[in-house]
Amino acid sequence: MSANNVEMTAELIAAHGLSEDEFAQIVRLINRQPNLTELGIFSAMWNEHCSYKSSRVWLRTLPTDGPQVVCGPGENAGIVDIGDGQVAVFKMESHNHPSFIEPYQGAATGVGGIMRDIFTMGARPVANLNALRFGDPAHPKTRHLVSGVVAGIGGYGNCIGVPTVGGEVNFDAGYNGNILVNAMCVGVADADKVFYSAASGIGNPVVYVGSKTGRDGIHGASMASAEFDDKSEEKRPTVQVGDPFTEKLLLEACLELMAGDAVIAIQDMGAAGLTCSAVEMASKGGLGLLLDLDKVPCRETGMSAYEMMLSESQERMLMVLHPDRTEAAREIFDRWELDFAIIGETTDTRRFVIQHGGAIVADLPVDVLAEDAPVYQRPWTPTPAAPAIGSDAVAAPDDLAATIVKLVGGPHLCSRRWVWEQYDHMVMGDTVQRPGGDAAVVRVHGTRKGLAATTDVTPRYCLADPKEGGKQAIAEAYRNLSAVGAKPLATTDCLNFGNPEKPETMGQFVGCIEGIGEACRALDMPIVSGNVSLYNETNGVAIPPTPAIGAIGLIDDIAQMTTIGLRDDGDLLFIIGETRGHLGQSLYAREIANVTEGAPPPVDLATEKRHGEFVRAQITAGQVNAVHDISDGGLIIAGIEMAMAGGIGCAIALDTTHCALHALLFGEDQGRYLVTAAADKAAGLRAAATDAGIPLQQLGKVGGSDIVIDGITAIPLAELTQAHEDWLPELMRL
Amino acid sequence: MGHCGVKASVIVFPGSNCDRDVAVSLAAASGTAPQMVWHAETELPKSDLIVLPGGFSFGDYLRAGAMGARSPIMRAVIAAARAGTPVLGICNGFQLLTETGLLPGALMRNAGLTFVCRDVFLRVTQPDSLFTSRYAQDQVIRIPVAHHDGNYFADPETLARLEGEGSVAFRYCDRTGVVGGSANPNGSINDIAGIFDPARKVLGLMPHPERLADPALGGTDGQAMFNSLVECLS
Repeated sequence: MSANNVEMTAELIAAHGLSEDEFAQIVRLINRQPNLTELGIFSAMWNEHCSYKSSRVWLRTLPTDGPQVVCGPGENAGIVDIGDGQVAVFKMESHNHPSFIEPYQGAATGVGGIMRDIFTMGARPVANLNALRFGDPAHPKTRHLVSGVVAGIGGYGNCIGVPTVGGEVNFDAGYNGNILVNAMCVGVADADKVFYSAASGIGNPVVYVGSKTGRDGIHGASMASAEFDDKSEEKRPTVQVGDPFTEKLLLEACLELMAGDAVIAIQDMGAAGLTCSAVEMASKGGLGLLLDLDKVPCRETGMSAYEMMLSESQERMLMVLHPDRTEAAREIFDRWELDFAIIGETTDTRRFVIQHGGAIVADLPVDVLAEDAPVYQRPWTPTPAAPAIGSDAVAAPDDLAATIVKLVGGPHLCSRRWVWEQYDHMVMGDTVQRPGGDAAVVRVHGTRKGLAATTDVTPRYCLADPKEGGKQAIAEAYRNLSAVGAKPLATTDCLNFGNPEKPETMGQFVGCIEGIGEACRALDMPIVSGNVSLYNETNGVAIPPTPAIGAIGLIDDIAQMTTIGLRDDGDLLFIIGETRGHLGQSLYAREIANVTEGAPPPVDLATEKRHGEFVRAQITAGQVNAVHDISDGGLIIAGIEMAMAGGIGCAIALDTTHCALHALLFGEDQGRYLVTAAADKAAGLRAAATDAGIPLQQLGKVGGSDIVIDGITAIPLAELTQAHEDWLPELMRL
Repeated sequence: MGHCGVKASVIVFPGSNCDRDVAVSLAAASGTAPQMVWHAETELPKSDLIVLPGGFSFGDYLRAGAMGARSPIMRAVIAAARAGTPVLGICNGFQLLTETGLLPGALMRNAGLTFVCRDVFLRVTQPDSLFTSRYAQDQVIRIPVAHHDGNYFADPETLARLEGEGSVAFRYCDRTGVVGGSANPNGSINDIAGIFDPARKVLGLMPHPERLADPALGGTDGQAMFNSLVECLS
């Protein structure tokens, strides 16, 4: 009996993350016991991370179509039309489990992986974003994780030379045992130079390029499909190690190759490495594949077929090439000093056949691997409705000014400058809106067009009401894009949840998906790509439901882009949308008043759409000087953020006849924006709002060096700015 | 500006990533796209100006610039520099220049130990050169930095020589022109952001002038350097 023909014990099967039923199904489908390599291949293809077995039935309910959509979910990334024969290619993906175990390499390889997804399709990556969620700032691991993750993201993105322009950083005790690292990348390609993963033709060469294969990352995808416990540190060897220099070479070599006509199909080797990429290419093309592992460039000697098939060594690609272009392709990779090896060929057998050492070590039907993975209708229980609470249930602050300074200078609203100054956010020379605003904007190179990108979700809303929270995540992304003047185009979702085998967790997932789907339909932001990360639990405690949303929008002419900074002394400050003083699940309620119950603010999608369209129309018409959406912390925080960004103060006045001042200031009612307009444009702005039936109210005036509320409370902008800028550097001080 | 016939060569190393950015700025200033020269070449095309761009040549896995300084093309670059061809090294290019010995000193890890990407203010300490002629003495300009290893160091003797012969091109300052203190992003000795060789034909600097050479990017203080070069070399 060779090492490959081992007995399939219950322990072995369980160690591969397969249930007894799943194993029985494998035996039924292939009519025999699998050998060890085959078991490994099944575990790679059938784990949660690759097969979406718990989420698939729900993901199918999401809207994925629209006139702007060139390619929806199912490929390496989603593609949308941005006019002039160009497309944007984008996706967000999680690298949560590895980043918790080994923050620098986990985060770095997350960035590397998402960029490969983009350039695999023929697009040059032009922007990276990251949605990061850490535990309580006071938790003993938090500082270590923050510094490692941020350094890892910077270390990879800076080296490869793609700007990291935006994202989110949040702190919440709910992530103490499972941080979230969600990496998004946006690329640009010519519409007629996009590449897909479906292999075609019989007898065409299967080519391996990039780094050599080592023993790193074996079982990474399986680890990402299991819960953590106190021994999770022991999984460190399953985390891959990134090599951004090689990825830079791979990027340039691939794009150079793709400029010609050699490539039939291409797929990056990400989760589950060679196995997943090869099976996908064969499955999508309706073909079989024969691989000879003796031809695979290896970093170490004596690697078994099992190890090679499950390695997650980074910076590798698999391609099917036109046979008569293979030598020209080899010359390109030789020049970039990257490995290039023909390791197999396409066949008409629809079988996935692996040779090693002259023997066949695996022979499995492609369709069984790719399409017969179990699909579960997991039981779920709806999240109980949170009771709406009135503003009287949330006490007013004792000292308004001190409360505002505390919020602005606290973990949830402080400046993230300490983070994004470690990221090269300007390389490529097209970053026209840097981090710190509502959305980052990169110019489409050589044009006047701008691509705006944002990531959003408010997990405390999702926890209280998954459906409204799901809606709100999309709505906030829509607002952030609209606030810079970009027409929202499409969405990528990175769905981070706990253990789907628990009905409550599954209920959160289902609720969020329903909300996301409804909002994407209403706001015409179809989901074109995404990723699901389940089992974000440690010792049975799940993270808050966190469906991170990445979205992009298009600005036709960057001269019309807006920013959040207050601009001119004497400009008038207006609020768009209705302020009802909704304090339930607000940051104020949770952080200041210690009220954690209550329903989150409801999202009216029709209102969101009308308000967003109105804001964009005013931006295009040149009516407004600054725009900011109102989100965490309410209108006073939005106003202060605008003042800090512009370096000029403002005075506001509020009508407290029907609502308490603290509810007006800190309420998180949705569908609202702050805008400023020059005094001579105010009448036009008012008239436009009246015509469109949009609630618009003058809130105050720009000027001075203080934030003044109702003529009573005055807070020096300098004090706010200092509190805002100091918090994170203080936390991270060596 | 129109066509003026300045032939610039941008050397591209594996891992360079500001090669396109500086080419865009050079083309905007001169009206002519520069020649992009691969590091493995052994001969340099006829060049009025050589640019070593920013990035991570060979990943900076050894000392930053140490591998690239030994690329085949660098023998030709060193020979051209010794024969008087101007050389501009930006960021990784500055690191390459110190590694080749065309400029003295070394770029160490930032004093704060982290990568730093932000706009900084520079005080122009030497406007008398073909790189800086469009700036005024002591003018304060705003240019971004983006580096992990920009902490300039030289021994006291070298430093005295650099200062004595007017070879310090730029110093980190605040927006009012006050040099040093928290305005220094990396701990560089004497707040040095960029230096010349004695003939002022070779300039190495950590800040990226090509990143603020276009109003759409938020500033144009970097453009004057490219305009200076085009004017002086035409």
